[in-house]
Amino acid sequence: MASMALKRSPRSILIDLAVTSFLALAIFGVMVGLRTETVPGGLELQPQWMSALLLVAAAVGGRAILLLTVWNRPEGAPSLIPAAVREGAGSAISRVGKVFGPALLVFALLLPFLPFTDRYILDLSILVLTYVMLGWGLNIVVGLAGLLDLGYVAFYAVGAYSYALLALHFGWSFWLCLPVAGILAAFWGIILGFPVLRLRGDYLAIVTLAFGEIIRVVLLNWYWFTGGPDGLSGIPRPSFFGIEFSRGEGGFADAFGLEYSSLHRIIFLYFLILALALLTNYVTMRLRRLPIGRAWEALREDEIACRSLGLNTTSVKLTAFATGAMFGGFAGAFFATRQGFISPESFTFIESALILAIVVLGGMGSQIGVVIASVALIGGFEVFREAEDYRMLIFGLAMVLIMIWRPRGLIATRAPSIFLREKKAVSGSLVAQGEGH
Amino acid sequence: MAGDALLEVERLTMRFGGLTAVDDLSFTARRGEITALIGPNGAGKTTVFNCITGFYKPTVGRITMHHDNGERFLLERLPDFQIPRTAKVARTFQNIRLFGGMTVLENLMVAQHNPLMRASGYTFGGVLGIGGYRHAEREAVELAKYWLEQTGLLARADDAAGDLPYGDQRRLEIARAMCTGPRLLCLDEPAAGLNPRESDELNRLLLFIRKERGVGILLIEHDMSVVMGISDHIVVLDYGAKIADAAPEEIRNDPKVIAAYLGVEDEEVEEVEHEIEETAAAVSGEEGSQ
Repeated sequence: MASMALKRSPRSILIDLAVTSFLALAIFGVMVGLRTETVPGGLELQPQWMSALLLVAAAVGGRAILLLTVWNRPEGAPSLIPAAVREGAGSAISRVGKVFGPALLVFALLLPFLPFTDRYILDLSILVLTYVMLGWGLNIVVGLAGLLDLGYVAFYAVGAYSYALLALHFGWSFWLCLPVAGILAAFWGIILGFPVLRLRGDYLAIVTLAFGEIIRVVLLNWYWFTGGPDGLSGIPRPSFFGIEFSRGEGGFADAFGLEYSSLHRIIFLYFLILALALLTNYVTMRLRRLPIGRAWEALREDEIACRSLGLNTTSVKLTAFATGAMFGGFAGAFFATRQGFISPESFTFIESALILAIVVLGGMGSQIGVVIASVALIGGFEVFREAEDYRMLIFGLAMVLIMIWRPRGLIATRAPSIFLREKKAVSGSLVAQGEGH
Repeated sequence: MAGDALLEVERLTMRFGGLTAVDDLSFTARRGEITALIGPNGAGKTTVFNCITGFYKPTVGRITMHHDNGERFLLERLPDFQIPRTAKVARTFQNIRLFGGMTVLENLMVAQHNPLMRASGYTFGGVLGIGGYRHAEREAVELAKYWLEQTGLLARADDAAGDLPYGDQRRLEIARAMCTGPRLLCLDEPAAGLNPRESDELNRLLLFIRKERGVGILLIEHDMSVVMGISDHIVVLDYGAKIADAAPEEIRNDPKVIAAYLGVEDEEVEEVEHEIEETAAAVSGEEGSQ
């Protein structure tokens, strides 16, 4: 191998490394090398040249290694990974894929009773499941119908405020409020749907973005109704079908002869969001096999062809917005009862962006991809909580790397909704992305 | 019933700003016949199609669809999606528009959206698993299988539509249009990009659709072997206006049509005529041998 002719001349490698060091210096020199500290009387610059130089050295060294090894292989050289390993990995992934979903479900059902599970893990799991549910809801609009929605958090907010206001003012129970919150969110989904019916591409994305902001700004300024920036507090906590999770006589622990533990409520919340998320998944999977689900996917593929086949694209789009919004509303009602306090601050654009990132990262239209992406993103946020300063940097880097390796998300193939003889996955490169991507 | 007017186009005019793409065009497509719409590039053929299938609203004119039971539909007044749904006019596109990321079978299921939607109780029954949706879906699959067999695509039913070779995609688009249960099938250059063997297969498929199903066909085509070989009736357009409307034999011998359509000098007409006759003779010879 040593005698192998180099594809790049030493000179071109040196130039490449010089450019790399310059770029790395430009980025890290400012971002890491100059640190601002708050001192009495203003800000003060604290240079950290050592860390910056170390990062630059790492970038140059890494690129040098890549240039001399991986990128220096002559044309037609055998791949670094043997073919057998690659094929084996491919079939292993598809085999694992078949049992992965059910295994994950069993794990989710058992999680609260596992020995290592504590309150922190349960809270984190509830958060992850909330995003799984939101991701699955948005997947209907973005993944199936191919309509890019940047204001999905608006429906989450509608659901949360619907439950909070109904429960606070009329004392309605959670189970009564849940469908109402879903219906109201779906109604707002249709309201959003009408103006964007004729819009395509970037314009669709911008209007949905504006819609999300409008809802938030209205919640912020309609003081007597929504409490404005103060939010709504004292939202009733969930009860086990009427039995409160309280200490003493008549509480959940008392009724079931258990010793009182504050974990009971958390475990109940965990199963509640698990059930809601599974409902979302079940309904979505079912809809995909019904004409309406196929119409959504056909709309993503080619709207004009849809019209030529007698599909009313107006109602197809509106049902997609309404169905996606409804699940957002359910999740919002859950969020309100879990937190006990909501304010417009919980429904900012960054939430929409995060949910959309989950859908895109998971692979648009893939249900299991959303789960993996939620665990990775929300869990990842928590893991790197220690590295506060670099959290966003690591997060951004991970996103960039994943998008380079898997530009169509983690699960890029599409499973057909019906088959004659053999279910063959459709390659992601054939699947259209729809409007606004 | 064959020979009755199926589609009547009366005084159709379509203007885009100052440009008159179709100028006072009237013609009739008959039940159980193949009507070809031909003309040089830019003559307004696809514009006529877009007016008939509701993608454009004509500036002036009336387009009437007659059903067997005497019902009439004024296509220029129907919203575009109602034209395939109630007036039963299906179409294909010049640049194929399949749902590439969906399988062949799924493409044909989308085409049966409206009856399946009713069977699924507008989704509510289907989600809850009540009503006759399963039965309706099985029937829809049977219809899809029937058309896949006729188009020779049955073996590829579970493949992605975008994976099919070009000729198969053209036939799949016709199968998809037929799955909507049309009375009139509008084909925009179905033979474009096909090799001679494929366009011969296409001819047979179109003749089958006309004979077996009694469906009227309106087609735009440049491939003379298809036009002369199978159409019962030809309408020639030039600069948006009709210059001829007759049976293929007459059109073939009309020097004005040849000159306009091929855009040749008068002295070359004879040469081109000869070429066309040869092609037509070859086609009818092939048909005779079957």
